[in-house]
Amino acid sequence: MAEVFAALTTSHVPAMGAAVDLGKTRDEYWRPVFEGYEFAKRWIAETRPDVVILVYNDHATALGLDVIPTFALGCGAEFEPADEGWGRRPVPMVKGDPELAAHIAQSLILDEFDLTLINRMDVDHGLTVPLSMVFGQPEAWPCKVIPLAVNVVQYPPPTGNRCLRLGHALRKAVASYDRDLRVMVWGTGGMSHQLQGPRAGLINSEFDARFMDLLIDAPEEAASIRHVDYLRESGSEGIELVMWLIARGALTPKVRAVRRFYHVPASNTAVGHLILENAI
Amino acid sequence: MKEYDDIPGTYVFDAERARQGYPLNRFCMSLMHEDNRKRFKADEAAYVGTFGLSEEQVDAVLSRSWNRMLALGGNVYFMAKLFFTDGRSVQFACAQMAGMTQDAYAQMMLSGGRSPDGNRYKREQSDG
Ligand SMILES: [Fe+2]
Repeated sequence: MAEVFAALTTSHVPAMGAAVDLGKTRDEYWRPVFEGYEFAKRWIAETRPDVVILVYNDHATALGLDVIPTFALGCGAEFEPADEGWGRRPVPMVKGDPELAAHIAQSLILDEFDLTLINRMDVDHGLTVPLSMVFGQPEAWPCKVIPLAVNVVQYPPPTGNRCLRLGHALRKAVASYDRDLRVMVWGTGGMSHQLQGPRAGLINSEFDARFMDLLIDAPEEAASIRHVDYLRESGSEGIELVMWLIARGALTPKVRAVRRFYHVPASNTAVGHLILENAI
Repeated sequence: MKEYDDIPGTYVFDAERARQGYPLNRFCMSLMHEDNRKRFKADEAAYVGTFGLSEEQVDAVLSRSWNRMLALGGNVYFMAKLFFTDGRSVQFACAQMAGMTQDAYAQMMLSGGRSPDGNRYKREQSDG
């Protein structure tokens, strides 16, 4: 049987992707960030997932103007890294898992999550930067990736509670797939940041630390954080953190945090990263 | 009054702003394509004029008044296409929105970012 055996969360700051692409990861500015992901690189080489369900948001690239799905599952066989206006990132094509995605779609919809299904979509930095941070620069990504795009651009995003429940349903969906697959769920985006208005540049390290504490040990409490509190405390773009709750929900109620990393800044953003394993 | 209206210096891109900003954001989105960037640069006003923006929105675009664009329904991820067309970074635009030089803004980020203290409620700011 298939199983979700671990979750990974990480910021997906575009400048981190650019640092990889331009060979700047050892520069003074970037070194502390990339050293923070050395553990993840070793860990992923040991744990070798077959499939990553990658929760991210599109940033006015493939979605966001004419069609705004709250939850959209990528069911295609492949997804091309997007041209976001400065050329495509020099990273491998993202290979999907249409069979597992179809199974998950059916399971989630019957579990009352009214998903949008997407067969063709370019994927932007929200999806490709986490892959680069964890896998580096391989010729081909070493596992299949099912994109799960969440609207966090047009207010309101789904509630934290809804995201946590979706994670629970995702766990069930994967567990009812009758092939032996080791599946991970990644939650990306955040941490605190605001990219607009006179309050641009907001960072709230205390909020971020507390969010990580709650996500690990009290996910129901993390799920009850209200949208207005994300906006006020973590900045207008910090609300991306609801996506971490999907990854958390896909694990057992108790988890082990095998990695926790935090750094300010990457460009305008606080970088946070967790690796969680089922603890039962 | 929406519950997030008391957050200072912040334009929440809600359904109402998205409706108002649709033509503005559609214009920004068009700049994803090199051909359109060329046409825009050749005659900004003529190009923007084809997207049905309000006069205020056109003026905000042509004068690169980022905060006014936000107030009129612009969203930063769409506006980023305009920053890049101008050869500018998101950080450059954030500094301008914050009314800071790019150096001062970058220095603030290196020192841990803008503190939430004093920046949670509008009333904290008017009280001084
Ligand atoms: Fe994002």
